[in-house]
Amino acid sequence: MAKSVLLMSRQAPWAGIAAAEALDIALAAGAFDLPLSILFLDDGVYQLLEQQQPKMLEQKDLAANLQALPMFGIEQLYVSKYSLSERGVTPDQLAVPAKLLDEVQVQELLRQFDHLVTL
Amino acid sequence: MGDALANLLNFEKFILMVAMRFVISVLSSSTSPATRRALRFAQALLAQKHEIVRVFFYQDGVLSAANNLVVAQDQEDIARQWQDFIRAYDIDAVVCIAAALRRGVLDHVEATRYQRQGGNLAEGYQLSGLGQLHDALQRADRHISFGGA
Repeated sequence: MAKSVLLMSRQAPWAGIAAAEALDIALAAGAFDLPLSILFLDDGVYQLLEQQQPKMLEQKDLAANLQALPMFGIEQLYVSKYSLSERGVTPDQLAVPAKLLDEVQVQELLRQFDHLVTL
Repeated sequence: MGDALANLLNFEKFILMVAMRFVISVLSSSTSPATRRALRFAQALLAQKHEIVRVFFYQDGVLSAANNLVVAQDQEDIARQWQDFIRAYDIDAVVCIAAALRRGVLDHVEATRYQRQGGNLAEGYQLSGLGQLHDALQRADRHISFGGA
């Protein structure tokens, strides 16, 4: 059985290329048909927000790629409830559907995977 | 004599039991303390008979794979130390090609392809794709990353 990977994406989409490079790890897993889920944590939750205007920063839009993740075989998207509330973001502001997890559920999630990759 | 041999065999068995296969990801540049810690961790793994399946250089970590960094004499040259370590122990060292190209780390093939002056990828390193990270993860017991968010 293939080992499962949880990718923890913690960088805001406007904080340079880190968020895009995290996403590339997920897409690569999809290409090889490997089990990978993503947890959006800390500033990473900003990647899921609706109505972003990356063009103003002369950047590419990540949202379209994120929405395409299920087509690439990415198993599940999770988002930390705590990270959202810390930033005053409510779940209805998210453009990308992700499962909300409280702190205890995040801890449980981490234990379910063979490997963690944090970017 | 028989006891000594038995002890030795037990010891070997013990090593086999606890030895694990590690993947190390280096995500920060060579000036970051995390990149130094990654190297010391890798050295400690070998000292304790663990196996390093692969060291994967991604994000700014690719900068440690450049052979043209110049560091002042009174400062530690961690990129060079990484390069010496990788050659000395014949470590499988893969540098993400996309991350490397956008940060100016190229081997001779890529330098020719994109008409850049000469390659600067250190000897012992290989440019390849993110699939190599996943391949290593599939073969490893543990993944430890340094310098991530």
